[in-house]
Amino acid sequence: MEGLTLSDAEQKYYSDLFSYCDIESTKKVAANGRVLELFRAAQLPNDVVLQIMELCGATRLGYFGRSQFYIALKLVAVAQSGFPLRVESINTVKDLPLPRFVASKNEQESRHAASYSSDSENQGSYSGVIPPPPGRGQVKKGSISHDPVQPRASADQQEPASPVVSPQQSPPTSPHTWRKHNRHPSGGNSERPLAGAGPFWSPFGETQSGSSTGDAVWSGHSPPPPQENWVSFADTPPTSTLLTMHPASVQDQTTVRTVASATTANEIRRQSSSYDDPWKITDEQRQYYINQFKTIQPDLNGFIPGSAAKEFFTKSKLPILELSHIWELSDFDKDGALTLDEFCAAFHLVVARKNGYDLPEKLPESLMPKLIDLEDSADVGDQPGEVGYSGSPAEAPPSKSPSMPSLNQTWPELNQSSEDTAIVHPVPIRMTPSKIHMQEMELKRTSSDHTNPTSPLLVKTSDLSEENKINSSVKFASGNTVADGYSSSDSFTSDPEQIGNSVTRQRSHSGTSPDNTAPPPPPPRPQPSHSRSSSLDMNRTFSVTTGQQQAGVVAQPPAVPPRPQPSQAPGPVVHRPVDADGLITHTSTSPQQIPEQPNFADFSQFEVFAASNVNEEQDDEAEKHPEVLSVEKASDPASSLRVAKTDSKIEEKTAASAPANVSKGTTPLAPPPKPVRRRLKSEDELRPEIDEHTQKTGVLAAVLASQPSIPRSVGKDKKAIQASIRRNKETNTVLARLNSELQQQLKDVLEERISLEVQLEQLRPFSHL
Amino acid sequence: MAVCVAVIAKENYPLYIRSVPTESELQFHYMVHTSLDVVDEKVSAMGKALVDQRELYLGLLYPTEDYKVYGYVTNSKVKFVMVVDSSNAALRDNEIRSMFRKLHNSYTDVMCNPFYTPGDRIQSRCACACRGGPAGRGSCSESK
Repeated sequence: MEGLTLSDAEQKYYSDLFSYCDIESTKKVAANGRVLELFRAAQLPNDVVLQIMELCGATRLGYFGRSQFYIALKLVAVAQSGFPLRVESINTVKDLPLPRFVASKNEQESRHAASYSSDSENQGSYSGVIPPPPGRGQVKKGSISHDPVQPRASADQQEPASPVVSPQQSPPTSPHTWRKHNRHPSGGNSERPLAGAGPFWSPFGETQSGSSTGDAVWSGHSPPPPQENWVSFADTPPTSTLLTMHPASVQDQTTVRTVASATTANEIRRQSSSYDDPWKITDEQRQYYINQFKTIQPDLNGFIPGSAAKEFFTKSKLPILELSHIWELSDFDKDGALTLDEFCAAFHLVVARKNGYDLPEKLPESLMPKLIDLEDSADVGDQPGEVGYSGSPAEAPPSKSPSMPSLNQTWPELNQSSEDTAIVHPVPIRMTPSKIHMQEMELKRTSSDHTNPTSPLLVKTSDLSEENKINSSVKFASGNTVADGYSSSDSFTSDPEQIGNSVTRQRSHSGTSPDNTAPPPPPPRPQPSHSRSSSLDMNRTFSVTTGQQQAGVVAQPPAVPPRPQPSQAPGPVVHRPVDADGLITHTSTSPQQIPEQPNFADFSQFEVFAASNVNEEQDDEAEKHPEVLSVEKASDPASSLRVAKTDSKIEEKTAASAPANVSKGTTPLAPPPKPVRRRLKSEDELRPEIDEHTQKTGVLAAVLASQPSIPRSVGKDKKAIQASIRRNKETNTVLARLNSELQQQLKDVLEERISLEVQLEQLRPFSHL
Repeated sequence: MAVCVAVIAKENYPLYIRSVPTESELQFHYMVHTSLDVVDEKVSAMGKALVDQRELYLGLLYPTEDYKVYGYVTNSKVKFVMVVDSSNAALRDNEIRSMFRKLHNSYTDVMCNPFYTPGDRIQSRCACACRGGPAGRGSCSESK
C-alpha cells in the first residue's frame, strides 16, 4: 500500500474517527461494530465498502489498523466523490472532500461537518427541532449539519463563549461542501442555540433572523423524540446509539473543536461563500420528499391535488397564512396542484419555516421547478439535484454553480436569461405584419416565452421585454422593418392591451406558460408575393401589371416613403413614419399630386405608353412631367399611388391632350371630382412648387436628373421611363398597403364606436343619476 | 389610475378592498357599496348570463363628479369594482378591461390556493403595487 498523504484537515478528521472507532484503544479497529456503522453511514453501496476494505488491506489483516483505517476513509471520500476506487486514487485525487458519514455518526463528525455544511444551513437548523407531528413523517433533515450548531451545542454545554467562536469553529474541513446530515445527534442538539448559525449564514439576512427565531423555537422544544418518521435518509444508526455516543464524544468534541477553530476559519468562510444557498435541497432531503410524495401520489409525474396537499401540509402545524404563502410560492404554474418539483419546494419551505427561517418573498432559484424548456439551458437556478437525485452522495452541491446572489431571481428573469440560451432556432420575422399578425406574433412570443426576434412593432408596446427591444433594434439596423414599426404605431395603440391580455391569458392557462415549447412557426404571410422589406419583389412588380399588383397588395403597413430614389425604393421609406398625420401633411403639401390621380387606374395605358416613345415629342410637357414627377416624389408616399401614375400621366400628356387626362381622371381610384378640380390647376402652379419639393428631398435631384433626359433621346427615355415606372409601382404598392392598413384602423375605430354606443345605451337608464 | 379596488363576494360583502391612501377612504368604501346596486341591476338586465368576456366586464357603472366606477363580475358572482379618477382622461375602456382581467387572474390564483377557503378575506402582499401604475398595469399578486 503506498504511502498515504493526508492534509492536515484530513489527518485530524481521520484521527478523530479512528479514535472514535477505536473504543478499546487498541490501536486497531475490528472490522465490525463502529467501523461498519461508519462505513454504512458513508452511504456507499455494500460492494464499494467491501472493495474499500479490501483495498486498504483490512481484509487481509482482519482488522483496521490506523493506516488501514485512514486509507479506508480516504477511499470512502474517493468513492463519495465519484471517483473510481483505486489504490492510486488515494493520493492522486486532489482536494478530496472528507468522507461523509451520514446519520449521525459522531458528534465529531458533526463538528467537522460544521464546515461542510454548505448548502444546507437550513438543514442544519432542522436538526430535530420540530417535533414530528404524529404520522406526519416530515423530514426535517435536520440534520444536518448544523455543524456550527452542533459544536455550539456542546459549546453551550461546556463553553458559554463558544457561540462566538462557532462560525469559525470550523472543524477541520475540506473546502468542499459537506452535507453533514447529522440528524441523529439532534437528540442532544436540540438545545443547541442557533446563535452561531447567524453569523455563519451572514450572507443570508433572512437566515439570520430565522436563526434567531429558530433559537427560540428550539429552546421551546424538548429534545425531539426519536424521529423515526423524520430521519428518513438514515439507513442507520438509531438515535439511541447516537445518544449514547453523545456523552462520550462530547469531550472529544471540545478538544477537536478547539483545535479546529483555529484552523478552518478560512475554509468555512470559503465554503460558505461558494456554496451558500440555504434553499438548496440536498439529495437526501429530496429523496425523502420524493418518498413523501409517493405516499400521496404514487406516480412521480403526476400531481398532488390541492386538497391532499393541504391536508399534508396542515400536519406541519404551521399557521394557515404561512402555508398559504408557501403554497403561493411553490405552486409555480398556479394550477392548484403540485408536481414533484413543486411539492419538494413546498416541503422544503415548510421545513425551513419550521426551523425558523422566514419565508422568502419569491421562490428561491434552487426551489424553482424545472421548466421543461429550460432544462439544459438554464444554468442558473435549476437544481442539479433535481436531475439526478439518485441519492448518490457523490452528487454534491459543489457541482452546482453557486447561485447565491441570484437567490431571488424571479421567474421571468430566469426565463429570459435561459431563453437566450434556449433559443433553438430563429423565428423568421414578419417584416410587414398586419395588426392581426402582430398580435399573433405577440401571442406566440408570450406563449413561448421566447424573446423571438419578432416584429419590431413590438418595440412600440411597453410590454416588450428588453430582448425584444434588442431584437427589434437589430431589426432597425437592418433598416427594413422600422417602417413597419412606425407605420403601425398608430394601429397598435390599442394592441398593448391585447398583447398584455395575451400574456395574462397565457398565464392563466394552467401549466402552459412555463411549458416553453419551441416557438410556434410564424403565421403564414398574408402576402405570398413579397415581404415588406426593402427588397420589394421587383420581379413580381414588373411582371404583374400594376393594376393587379395593387389588388394583391394587402394589409402591409407601409411606411410612407418619401419619394425614393430610383435605386432604393423603400430605402428612405424607413425614415418616414407614416401616420395619419403624415398622410394629412402629405396630402396637404402636395395637392399637385392629386392631378395624377386620374391616371392611377390607367395602368394599362401606362404599360402601353411605356412601350411607346411618346415622351420625346412634347418637350414642354416633358419638362413639366419631370416637375410633376419630382413634385410627386416630394410628396409622400401617400400619394405614391398617384405618383405611380405620373409616368403614365406624362405619357398621357404626351400622347393625349389635357382633356384626355381629365377623362382618365374618372378612374375608380381617386375621388374623381377632386382630381379633376385639382387637375385644373395649371401645371404652372406645379412649377413653383416643384422648387420647393426639390429642396425638400435630395432624392429629387436624382429624379430630376433622370427626367430631363427624357426628352433627349428615345433610348434614354425608355430607360428613364422604365425606371420611373418601377418607382411608381413601388410607391404604388406601398401606398396600397398603407391604404389597407388605414382601412383596418378605420374598421377598428368603427367597432369601438359601436361598442361605445352600446354602452351608452346601457347607461341610458342611469342618465338620471 | 385606479384609486380603489374592491373584490366583493357573492353575498355582497367585501373580500378585499384597497384604496389609495387618502383622507376620504371611507368615501370609496361607500362608493363601492352603492355600486353594488348598479352591478346587480346590470347583471339582471343581462338576462341569461352567457359566459362571455364582454359580459363579465360591466363597464362604467356610474360616473360621479370626480370619479368613475367600473364593474366586473365573474361567473361565480364575485364582483370586482374599481374606482378611477375622472381626471385621468387617457384611461380607455380597453385598459380598464385589462386591469380587470389581471385582477381576475390574481383572484383565480388565490382561489387555487388550497389553503384559502372561499369567503375568507384576502390578504394581499403587494396591495399598492397591484393597483399602481397607469391603468393598473402592474402585476398584482395577491395572497391569502
